[in-house]
Amino acid sequence: MTDATDTNAGVRPVRASAGRRGSGRAGTALAPYLQAAPMALVFLVFFVLPLAATIVVSFWQYTQYSIEPAFTAQNYGDVFYGCLADLPRLCTTFLTYLSTLKFCLIVWVTTLTIGFTVAYFLAFHVHTLKIQVICFLLCTIPFWTSIVIRMISWIPLLGRNGLVNQTLVGMGVIDTPLEELLYSDFAVILALTHLYTLFMVVPIFNSLMRIDRSLIEAARDAGAGGPQTLLHVILPLARPGILIGSIFVVTVVMGDFLTIGIMGGQQIASVGKVIQTQMQFLQFPLAAANAVILLAAVLVGVWALLKLVDIRKEL
Amino acid sequence: MSARRPRSFYVLAFLFVLFLLFLYGPMISILVLSFQGPEGGLVFPMVGVSTHWFERLWAGGGQVEIGAALRRSFALALVVMVLTVTISVLAGLAFRRRFRGATVLLYVAIASLIVPSIVVSLGIALEFRLLDDAIKAVGAVAGIEWVQTGFVSALGPFTSGLGAHLTWTLPFGLLIMFAVFNRFDPAYEEAARDLGATPWQTFRHVTLPMIAPFLIGVAVFGFTLSWDELARSSQVMGAQNTLPMQLAAKTTTVTDPEIYALGTATTGGSVLLLLVAFTLISLMQPRRKRG
Repeated sequence: MTDATDTNAGVRPVRASAGRRGSGRAGTALAPYLQAAPMALVFLVFFVLPLAATIVVSFWQYTQYSIEPAFTAQNYGDVFYGCLADLPRLCTTFLTYLSTLKFCLIVWVTTLTIGFTVAYFLAFHVHTLKIQVICFLLCTIPFWTSIVIRMISWIPLLGRNGLVNQTLVGMGVIDTPLEELLYSDFAVILALTHLYTLFMVVPIFNSLMRIDRSLIEAARDAGAGGPQTLLHVILPLARPGILIGSIFVVTVVMGDFLTIGIMGGQQIASVGKVIQTQMQFLQFPLAAANAVILLAAVLVGVWALLKLVDIRKEL
Repeated sequence: MSARRPRSFYVLAFLFVLFLLFLYGPMISILVLSFQGPEGGLVFPMVGVSTHWFERLWAGGGQVEIGAALRRSFALALVVMVLTVTISVLAGLAFRRRFRGATVLLYVAIASLIVPSIVVSLGIALEFRLLDDAIKAVGAVAGIEWVQTGFVSALGPFTSGLGAHLTWTLPFGLLIMFAVFNRFDPAYEEAARDLGATPWQTFRHVTLPMIAPFLIGVAVFGFTLSWDELARSSQVMGAQNTLPMQLAAKTTTVTDPEIYALGTATTGGSVLLLLVAFTLISLMQPRRKRG
């Protein structure tokens, strides 16, 4: 009642104040632009322009001493040299991408499996907030240590005379120490899983915590068993978290050269390592061409992940 | 909740403990091995217990030479921390209102997280090399003596290196600020405005104290992300090295536990930083409630 009668009387003051605030804003209309400017500037100078420079330089020529402005597809030709001609046999570039892709896939599966299990346990089986926070902190603390330290910390365990070999030999399981524990595909996968599982746990945990618990009760009441509830209720609802974690892990592994370098004993090829080596030999346009191709591959990977999960939703 | 837990609880709890063991096991092993006796090696068994390797590390002159790289990394991390907090808060404030280009800026920030670090690092290195060429050309044409004789490269820890680290820390900072301002009740600011506070006074005396604990979080993130950063640093530090780069280069050549001592020391530093941050945050909470 009072609202209705006050409407007419109230309009003018509100308008007036809106007008005043409006004129106040005219002075500060620039404010958000000024506030966003530093961040925009940093990304422009150190992200957008560098990517543009990479694309431009990938079409340039190079000699032993310098890089020359030009427009040539020669660098891309060099990257894929012999790839079509020898087709039944795979060329180095294809093999390198295949190897990187293999690590991507395996590490994606391991981090997703472990990450989902841990997140599920924390979200559904730990009931008090305090214990949840403590468990969560326990998972995140190693994240604050240097990744190099976390990699070399495998040496005392996996090395030729490491704890694992000592134990196995001591138990009589094997006669001679296993050489391929460290500096191998296995070591790379182990280290990548060790480093990046947390990036799966956090977003999946976040998604699981947002699930309305009554939905799960409803599924139980409707006769769904544990696996059915997991597959048809929880998994679809955890989709955003799984997606975010997957994108992070896949893109990190695609561009990795440090873990594959250190844990592979500098013997395993990866796209990132190829780029790094070419930079060392000052073959900038070639490195740039490789970077552009890697970037395209990563974008395709992200796109494929988005599709993959979309298709699941539609099934 | 029911007193009896389902069997799945025990299975999952066991798996969780295994996961923690997987996370901490290797780190505990180097923590223990860093106190290896002077005669001890890179693997178990322990040959006595001593602080020999810490003393070697501290004195310098061993296999791991870290002094300059450590100071450089620390200074860089401090600069990155301050810039990350400042720029993230400003951008966070900007995103509370509509402005043209907001969506583009957000997508660029997220892209900066997703694009492989080696590509970002290479891009910045290329950009700065082109810049070097330009500076030298200008120097030659204009006859600037300093450029012609003294200028080598614009690449360095506090130019290209700083930029590379910011492309890594700022997206995290921005996302944290989103989370903070999503839960922020604007009623307090409105009250301040109604009482006649200027925008600056509102920010200084109302908004800032309320978001301060989260800013410590952003600061810790900024510092540690920069302190540990390696992939984006790889091409952009010019002739100089940061601590993680030094460490990565040493992994294949070092043959004694000094590197474990360094690992223990840096991890200890990180944990100390976290403790200080948590203490500061918990000290701020009551003040906030009182105010």
